[in-house]
Amino acid sequence: MTSMPELAIQAQQIRKNFGKVVALDGVDLSVPVGQIFGLLGPNGAGKTTMIRVLTTVLRADSGTATVMGRSVSREAPSVRGLIGLAGQYAALDPNLTGRENLRLVGSLTQISGRIAAQRSDELLERFSLSDAGNRLVRTYSGGMRRRLDLAAALVHRPPVIFLDEPTTGLDPESRVELWAVIKELVADGATILLTTQYMEEADRLADQLAVIDHGAVIAEGTPTELKRRLGSSVIELGFADDATATRAAELLAGTSTEEPHVTGRGVQIKSNEGTKLLTRLLRTLDQGGIEPETLTVHEPSLDDVFLSLTGKPTEDSAPPVEAAGKRGRGAR
Amino acid sequence: MTDSPLLGRAPKRGIAALPGLVSDTTALTKRNLLMFRRVPQLLVFATIQPIIFVLMFRFVFGGAINVPNGSYVDFLMPGVFVQTVVFGAVGTAIGLAADLKTGFIERFKALPMAHSSVLIARILSDLTRNIFVVTLMTSVGFAVGFRVHTNPAQFLLAVLLLLAFGVALSFIFATVGIMVREPETAQAAAFPVMAPLVFASSAFVPVESMPGWLQPFAANQPVSAVITAVRSLVLGGPAVSDVLIATAWCVGIVAVAAPSAIWMYRKAV
Repeated sequence: MTSMPELAIQAQQIRKNFGKVVALDGVDLSVPVGQIFGLLGPNGAGKTTMIRVLTTVLRADSGTATVMGRSVSREAPSVRGLIGLAGQYAALDPNLTGRENLRLVGSLTQISGRIAAQRSDELLERFSLSDAGNRLVRTYSGGMRRRLDLAAALVHRPPVIFLDEPTTGLDPESRVELWAVIKELVADGATILLTTQYMEEADRLADQLAVIDHGAVIAEGTPTELKRRLGSSVIELGFADDATATRAAELLAGTSTEEPHVTGRGVQIKSNEGTKLLTRLLRTLDQGGIEPETLTVHEPSLDDVFLSLTGKPTEDSAPPVEAAGKRGRGAR
Repeated sequence: MTDSPLLGRAPKRGIAALPGLVSDTTALTKRNLLMFRRVPQLLVFATIQPIIFVLMFRFVFGGAINVPNGSYVDFLMPGVFVQTVVFGAVGTAIGLAADLKTGFIERFKALPMAHSSVLIARILSDLTRNIFVVTLMTSVGFAVGFRVHTNPAQFLLAVLLLLAFGVALSFIFATVGIMVREPETAQAAAFPVMAPLVFASSAFVPVESMPGWLQPFAANQPVSAVITAVRSLVLGGPAVSDVLIATAWCVGIVAVAAPSAIWMYRKAV
């Protein structure tokens, strides 16, 4: 047995063209063992293509990539034994039961039938699908399919797991459930590379992030580092009159690294700590005997991220609000 | 999880990969066959249609069709057997297209499995289905008066020929299914190819009753070749050259369609 590599995933200068379309334009990635690495980007940025290259499904035109020190192109069969992949669309057999789907994938990963059966039951339990295990997958809800799909990627206990937009299209409750499962997997020692379009998801889950656009990594760092660079959330409080607003602003000065900014009856404060600041603001106001009438929190959106990184909105995402009136919005 | 026993596993090649291929193929064939139990409509509609053909031609049109010698039902049944196998082969296209569409095959691509097992299992499960359907159609034939005029050995050979033709066609339709990637499209794309082959053949009427320009095609196309061989085997008469021609068609089709199916499959996933 070879010694454990420090990097679970390493990619250097990965390029892939589909005809004239450049899908990946020299992507570098390094994911240490035991981390959750988030690949953040809009639709069409190249996230799925990158996952497909790293999971041996697609061959890159050039560049090298390894998973646990093994080349995805030269040692593809051995890489496949080390990875689990849950794609963007739940790739399951609708006419098999949940349990049968897991056992089938298990038997295709060369684990014995007995172990496959045992692990299938464990996974059904863990993903709260025990009751539905003997039902045909075609009767499952979207959230259940996603959970089963993720379970299917884990039957052979791969040390490296790839999740392509694991929560896209899920209701908020299923999303939170899936996040909890992903955290558990890492606690068990797995390494996870996940793609997402959602800043919030990346923020909640990822230890390390890479922002990808037009097939290239345009920023890298921890969520906190990136958010510091990419803009911050803005808390806006509305008061009964201008005088109260001014008094509130004086009271709130010093609660945040950023100074409050008064506009008429409103007070705006930038926050780099998300909603944590909110509690402090409200407590201070309460102590001062001032009650705000309205409260709004503007989170930096992915569009803001791209605006600040590239100076222009991405082609395929909605234009920022200021420009919406002039340029119109694509159908969503 | 980091202590996964898979970490140290070396990929198997050559003869060492065979047990994996066999177990993957078995698992996938079982899964494909389970589909007939889970979606019984697939099998019901696939068998009702030829049964209706048998009843229709036996009792409705049969009286108006003159065949060279013997009874019409004996002429008809070999045609129906082959028709059943031809129409059934569309199932190969539909099955593969459906698996490509759901992303099931994409998932396979990232698994440490023998990838050829996907195609092999599809062909094997469709062969199994054909065994069932041909057995059923034989019973239906016997019920409406069809009789084997030769011997059980020749009848068995006829069945083997039918199944071999089914496998050959499965390779053609595997290519179609992989190409279109959409079960409904696969069905639609298959019909215009199959209809002329089945109906401009000696399946239901003697080729001699067709217009002169159509006869050369109708008499020599593969569906007719297999029907002629099956007829010779079950109804009597010199069968050797007919069987050789039909076998040559099967081998020829496999020689062209199997590599193209494999090539398309590799390209598609």
